[in-house]
Amino acid sequence: MTATKRLGKQTVKLQYPPSIIATAAIVGKKEGEGPLCSYFDQILDDVLWGEKTWEKAESKILRETIIKAVTKAQKTLTDIQYIFAGDLLNQCSGSNFGVRELEIPFFGLYGACSTMAEGLSLAAMTVDGGFADYVIAATSSHFCSAEKQFRFPLEYGGQRPLTAQWTVTGSGAVVLAAEGSGPYVTHITTGKIVDLGIKDANNMGAAMAPSAADTIYTHFEDTGFTPDTYDLIITGDLAQVGKDITEELLQKRGCDISKQFTDCGLKIFDNKKQDTHAGGSGCGCSASVLAGYLYKELTQGHLNKILFLSTGALMSPTTSQQGESIPGIAHAVTIQNTLE
Amino acid sequence: MEQNFTQKEYQKYVQKKSPNSPIIKNVIMAFVIGGLICVVGQIISNYFKSRGLSTEDVAGATAISMIFLGALLTGLDIYDGLAKYAGAGTIVPITGFANAIVSPAMEFKSEGYVLGMGAKMFVIAGPVLVYGITASVVVGIIFFLVGN
Repeated sequence: MTATKRLGKQTVKLQYPPSIIATAAIVGKKEGEGPLCSYFDQILDDVLWGEKTWEKAESKILRETIIKAVTKAQKTLTDIQYIFAGDLLNQCSGSNFGVRELEIPFFGLYGACSTMAEGLSLAAMTVDGGFADYVIAATSSHFCSAEKQFRFPLEYGGQRPLTAQWTVTGSGAVVLAAEGSGPYVTHITTGKIVDLGIKDANNMGAAMAPSAADTIYTHFEDTGFTPDTYDLIITGDLAQVGKDITEELLQKRGCDISKQFTDCGLKIFDNKKQDTHAGGSGCGCSASVLAGYLYKELTQGHLNKILFLSTGALMSPTTSQQGESIPGIAHAVTIQNTLE
Repeated sequence: MEQNFTQKEYQKYVQKKSPNSPIIKNVIMAFVIGGLICVVGQIISNYFKSRGLSTEDVAGATAISMIFLGALLTGLDIYDGLAKYAGAGTIVPITGFANAIVSPAMEFKSEGYVLGMGAKMFVIAGPVLVYGITASVVVGIIFFLVGN
């Protein structure tokens, strides 16, 4: 049997595009003070949400977001056949503990901040392949647990450079169904790792930009689409520095996406007012923007066809200390309201 | 895509594209706030002197007081806010050393008092202790051999 759904080098075109029938997003206080506040299902006042540790709080955010999404889809947890979820913590523990009580078959993923598009890709392929009727893709991140894992203690007095990004506290969950009236996931371009030797973990946008540009360029090559095919091309968390670089890298290859291009990390915070430096980041950034803002804009018809790319910086604290550079990755998913 | 740039070219390009920290503003803030911390230290030192402590005891008591203040302000969630503006001005004084020990201690308390707080409170300040003590031993040996 040959792979009939492949398109070009890195893309698949889904034969039976699954429909996103519901989404949910729960975010922290700072995100709730940002420009997208009205799009989220719930905004938390307390970084711990009644839990004892940040890690427990993150798992709770993921779990409650998944439950909310299932409820909004008017389904029960037993209807869901797979969960694809990931986060930033060691051994994916945010997700492992988040889905522990849900009793749903679970694929744990690590793609750093690219995990939302990674999970959405795999979930969509699973439904398209006829392996499930209802699947969830979800991710989470928590500012405090991520800082603890990757950087300095919260109370440590240090200065953040202007290229640094702010990890989003929040989670987004998407319910995919074999049957539905859209928006549909139609194309998936899976990114490959691109590493141009950036070592500064405070400049992840620059580390991820070449992979984002590579995936976008390959997506257009594979599908024959042009930037004008889309109402919006939105990356996960390149933030200001990474977004500008990606745009320029593509321009150099004769591909101008400046009209449609924005970034979830720039959407979720008002960098000037909220002092988030270059912008938001984290698994929860693209997830909550997709599940909150983008999904509503799609269903209300303000957007009809978008290219959603989550971008990941695949370093670990260990590799950073050993002087390794930061491998970047970006996965793209086409989401559209109608099927041609 | 990536054949557009060699790694070196890309790193140069990124440096150009990345906004620089406002160095002059940072230096001035570090000077002012760091200076103010030193003024507080001097006031405390003068106070101890006025109470009749010996010069050596004044130095010790002042350091202890400043470390206490640094730890207290860290615990009250004030020190990191100050440091955001002061930068090196809050890292260099002894209060910064207290902050570097107290902040991980607070953070890792959730992993227990022994392997969490006890072990990890030195993740930032540990190297200062290791190399500081090592250097003082080396200097001591040199002084012992040459000084007499």
